[in-house]
Amino acid sequence: MYILTVATFCGIYAILTLGLNTITGLAGQISLGHAAFFGVGAYTAAILTVSYRWDFWPALAAAVATAAAFGALIGAAAIRVREDFLAITTMGVNFVVVAVFLYFPFFGGALGIGGIPGPALFGREVAKSGFFLLVAAGVVLALAVNLWLLRSWAGLALLAVREDEDAARASGVDVRKFKIAAFTVGTALAGLAGAFYASFLTFISAGDFGFPFSITILCMLVFGGIGTNRGAIAGAVVLGVLPELFRFMADYRMLTYGTILLLLMRFQPAGLLGDESAVWRALRKRRGRGVSPGARAFQ
Amino acid sequence: MLLQQLVNGLTVGSLYALMALGLTMVYGVLRVLHIAHAAVFTLGAYGGLWAFQATGSFWAALAAAMASAVLAGLAMERWVYWPLLAKPPIATLIASIGVFIGLEEVFRIVAGPQPYSLDVPLLLPDVRVGPVLVTAPQLLVIAVTAALLGALWLFIARTPLGLALRATSQDRDMAAACGMNVRRVVTLNFALGSALAGAAGVLVGIYYNSVSPTMGGVTGYKGLAIIVLGGMGSIPGTVLGALLVGVVETILISLVDFALPRDAWAFLAMIAVFLFRPQGLLGR
Repeated sequence: MYILTVATFCGIYAILTLGLNTITGLAGQISLGHAAFFGVGAYTAAILTVSYRWDFWPALAAAVATAAAFGALIGAAAIRVREDFLAITTMGVNFVVVAVFLYFPFFGGALGIGGIPGPALFGREVAKSGFFLLVAAGVVLALAVNLWLLRSWAGLALLAVREDEDAARASGVDVRKFKIAAFTVGTALAGLAGAFYASFLTFISAGDFGFPFSITILCMLVFGGIGTNRGAIAGAVVLGVLPELFRFMADYRMLTYGTILLLLMRFQPAGLLGDESAVWRALRKRRGRGVSPGARAFQ
Repeated sequence: MLLQQLVNGLTVGSLYALMALGLTMVYGVLRVLHIAHAAVFTLGAYGGLWAFQATGSFWAALAAAMASAVLAGLAMERWVYWPLLAKPPIATLIASIGVFIGLEEVFRIVAGPQPYSLDVPLLLPDVRVGPVLVTAPQLLVIAVTAALLGALWLFIARTPLGLALRATSQDRDMAAACGMNVRRVVTLNFALGSALAGAAGVLVGIYYNSVSPTMGGVTGYKGLAIIVLGGMGSIPGTVLGALLVGVVETILISLVDFALPRDAWAFLAMIAVFLFRPQGLLGR
């Protein structure tokens, strides 16, 4: 039961890191507000199921759509600002979203929202093992979206935007369209994760979706290897499990994450499994494989 | 009533200015966002607190705050920012966030999560001009800020090192080509900015009579909003932006009962400036 809970959380984290990888890893648009979109998804699902008595499934779809719409809006704003400016804009968005959750009674205020129902399938409540499979299916979906993006023309365009925006524009890539597309896809995945989170925990409050959680997601992605899907999943699983194995890490979580971020950027910017990382290079030498196209974000 | 709010707002704005100047100066020479500056600010507050508990003197507290902040700032420049200079801005930004959240936790572990009271007896009077009351802490904040900003202005406008600083912030490569020691200028920049942040830390501690591990958070994020508002890298713009944010948020909140806290409004203002005037108020 306990292992199943940890595994479900790791799955939710993986959907989040994969979504952030679409925005930051593929399109190179840094987002420090991923938890805000996660929160938008969670609150949409929670309010629709609790206050409006919707079923889980339509609420899930609505959560994805709301988060995606909100993400598209932020993506449209991202057209006007670049790099570090975008980072503080998204950070600001995170603060404003949390403040809205916290101060508007519609969102439950400081008490949050409780009694969120779980999903039902064929008239029966889905058990914990079933919920894990559901989240795992979500991870596969997120992975499929990212893989499809990477192998399509759209993925090539996103990589071009990341590497050199002006050159991409000069080559006829509609930079605006692709930035908005990356934000929409990435935040839609965050919305999916949010709906899962709300119905799995049955209780949410504004504090779950603050800036520190955005940093946690970013840390997982950077740790695993930004720009690669395997890195996104590995980071979510490793940093999701570690605090469970070492309780002291749970107490000093932010110190651990801070140290990881600093040391990685300083010595191993490709993370654990990025293409240029020591681990992956050693693995590849043994298996003789090539470089995946998404993995050059930080070299 | 309005005049009183203006005084309150100017006090808060002075604190924002001291905090945000370091951010804008570092952005000016390195073009990186110095998120960890908020931790320098908090360290200054703790340094001042400890010195005050040891000596009972405001001047010792101020000196210790500025000295500890300068040490922290220089260490970050030496071991975080300078080695990462060749990497893309995203890498520096992530490392900077790592330093900030890590240090915040260190403060919590070392000093405990509870806020400390920093009740410094001031030898200043409360000044009453007609209906307006300037309390002793407010007088202190405004006087120290004015003195530090005046010294900074003299330094930047009148000394050769100040000239080098301005040249480097306009074009780092060109300044290096003209024979300036860019590394020394960057170090100086961190030292000055951190000293101001340390002073801001201890003054915030005195003004609100509270020093806590998370006090850097909101102030730091608001500092970012302010340097955006003032036009990144512009020192007069930052001071103006800080005073403006302090006065406007204080007056608005005293007049209207908003549903959102004042920090959320500062961020909404920042996002609006980003969208409609990306170069800031006084930006080039």
